[in-house]
Amino acid sequence: MRLVILDNYDLASEWAAKYICNRIIQFRPGQDRYFTLGLPTGSTPLGCYKKLIEYHKNGDLSFKYVKTFNMDEYVGLPRNHPESYHSYMWNNFFKHIDIDPNNAHILDGNATDLQAECDAFEKKIKEAGGIDLFVGGIGPDGHIAFNEPGSSLVSRTRLKTLAMDTILANAKYFDGDLSKVPTMALTVGVGTVMDAREVMILITGAHKAFALYKAIEEGVNHMWTVSAFQQHPRTIFVCDEDATLELRVKTVKYFKGEH
Amino acid sequence: MRGGQGAARAPVIQFTNCRILRGGALLREDLWVRGGRILDPEKLFFEERRVADQQRDCGGCILAPGFIDVQINGGFGVDFSQASEDVGSGIALVARRILSHGVTSFCPTLVTSPLEVYHKVLPQIPVKSGGPHGAGVLGVHLEGPFISREKRGAHPEAHLRSFEADAFQDVLATYGSLDNVRIVTLAPELDHSHEVIRALTALGICVSLGHSVADLGTAEKAVQSGATFITHLFNAMLPFHHRDPGIVGLLTSDRLPAGRRIFYGMIADGIHTNPAALRIAHRAHPKGLVLVTDAVPALGLGNGRHTLGQQEVEVDGLTAYVAGTSTLSGSIAPMDTCVRHFLQATGCSVECALEAASLHPAQLLGLEKRKGTLDFGADADFVVLDNSLHVRATYISGELVWQAEEARL
Repeated sequence: MRLVILDNYDLASEWAAKYICNRIIQFRPGQDRYFTLGLPTGSTPLGCYKKLIEYHKNGDLSFKYVKTFNMDEYVGLPRNHPESYHSYMWNNFFKHIDIDPNNAHILDGNATDLQAECDAFEKKIKEAGGIDLFVGGIGPDGHIAFNEPGSSLVSRTRLKTLAMDTILANAKYFDGDLSKVPTMALTVGVGTVMDAREVMILITGAHKAFALYKAIEEGVNHMWTVSAFQQHPRTIFVCDEDATLELRVKTVKYFKGEH
Repeated sequence: MRGGQGAARAPVIQFTNCRILRGGALLREDLWVRGGRILDPEKLFFEERRVADQQRDCGGCILAPGFIDVQINGGFGVDFSQASEDVGSGIALVARRILSHGVTSFCPTLVTSPLEVYHKVLPQIPVKSGGPHGAGVLGVHLEGPFISREKRGAHPEAHLRSFEADAFQDVLATYGSLDNVRIVTLAPELDHSHEVIRALTALGICVSLGHSVADLGTAEKAVQSGATFITHLFNAMLPFHHRDPGIVGLLTSDRLPAGRRIFYGMIADGIHTNPAALRIAHRAHPKGLVLVTDAVPALGLGNGRHTLGQQEVEVDGLTAYVAGTSTLSGSIAPMDTCVRHFLQATGCSVECALEAASLHPAQLLGLEKRKGTLDFGADADFVVLDNSLHVRATYISGELVWQAEEARL
């Protein structure tokens, strides 16, 4: 893996955004050649999205020939609910850029047949030629997307019940009322993300430090599903200093290039 | 034509680089319009999978719902209470000229007049949608003749009336027809007023209290019977008294029907109401304040002497006098001037000042789903303002209907 450590959240967000921007530009997307991007939600990637929007507004980056696939969406939450991931993506990203609405794919948590919706999503990814770069985050319990502890490391897009840790972490978006937080979600599987040609995981903040330690300094374990990426040929972990607090000094020095 | 099946094929216009008034706040958001209505762009993106067909850069301006004037007696030399063969032309002229003041809907107001005038004029003022031809007519405001002799103000004494025993029939006979009527101002202390208020309210007509010597108890009973508005608060009513606040006391009355809000018109031209009085009313009941111009035919006529009907009027800036005297001859401040003055005099927020001229009058008339708001689905009647709230452009049904010389949108 690459472990890229920046001093703070803003610098980490900028590094990640620049990386994505450069990847897209170097790919030279066009009418017959779309760049496929996997996208996360949550508070961690907000800074990165802001930077990408800035590059777009500066005229440096167009999303005209980019296809996006979001990782997950709550089940049973109306699409226009302010906390749905559709709302998140519209407000924090899509409304500021020039992406074609037909190329922005998000799972429909209100589909009549949820598994069919998940299968169709996998099919769309395949038809798009697979994902060039999947950007993700990590939960405090080490999950990638909503692949909660105990999820199969070869899982595909499916319906998952959310773990208590996740519900507690999300309560802040629902007025602190646990009863208002959705309990189920549709999510890409660990296997789905592993299929991407490149994976970038954003991890910032001290509260994610233990999860990062479990993900990269311990073994591959379905209790910390991000650890699966130890077996991916091209993964980058982008983090700030605080996220490295539970790592060995030796690990941090190595990846910072200090000897 | 708004809405309907054709609307889905109409072009989608995105107004960018602006701040819009929505949910009581000025938000840095784009305004999306289609088929004459405000559009939900998120729904468009995810459900129809479409983007905008045209984009218009608003240069960082404020986009507010179009202003609604529920009390305007004429302007530009036109007097709505004048019985003529072609009332329509006068209405059309005023409707077109007030677009530059940011007004997109209005209630032409008739002062106390003889029966013949009502019978001749009312049928010539139909409710009409706005457009490039001018602001929309929401219905007529009949201010009188069932008002107090003592508080008639400038209304002609000879034509005042009281209700006969069969009160509502008397009202119908006086006005001829209530078809185009939206608001009626009356004095609730008149005998039989309550059955009239109830009958008018049942017809969906807004009843307003004004030109009256009613005490608070009488005013409260009138509200309980259905009255929802006060015509130009403080003017033509008993002054506030600490043991009987009169009509003014409605602003803080605890005897109003549950869930009912009383609205009150205020002329904020800096002349008809002392700023301290404006502040007292605003602080007592901010959500009920409705800015009105109560403009007279001298509105928009520029400085100098003008002959208006039987009157000689001298205009000097924002003040109109009976020529050769220092007697005020009605208000001539345009609506946007009133909004700016209201903002400055009360120190309230820009959002609050804008809502007093748009959302509140819409709520008074029960139109708040379609007018006075930039919520999704509302009519795309809006005004483009610079930071000092001067009107740069006016839109009705998403169409540009007026633009300032310097503005390039």
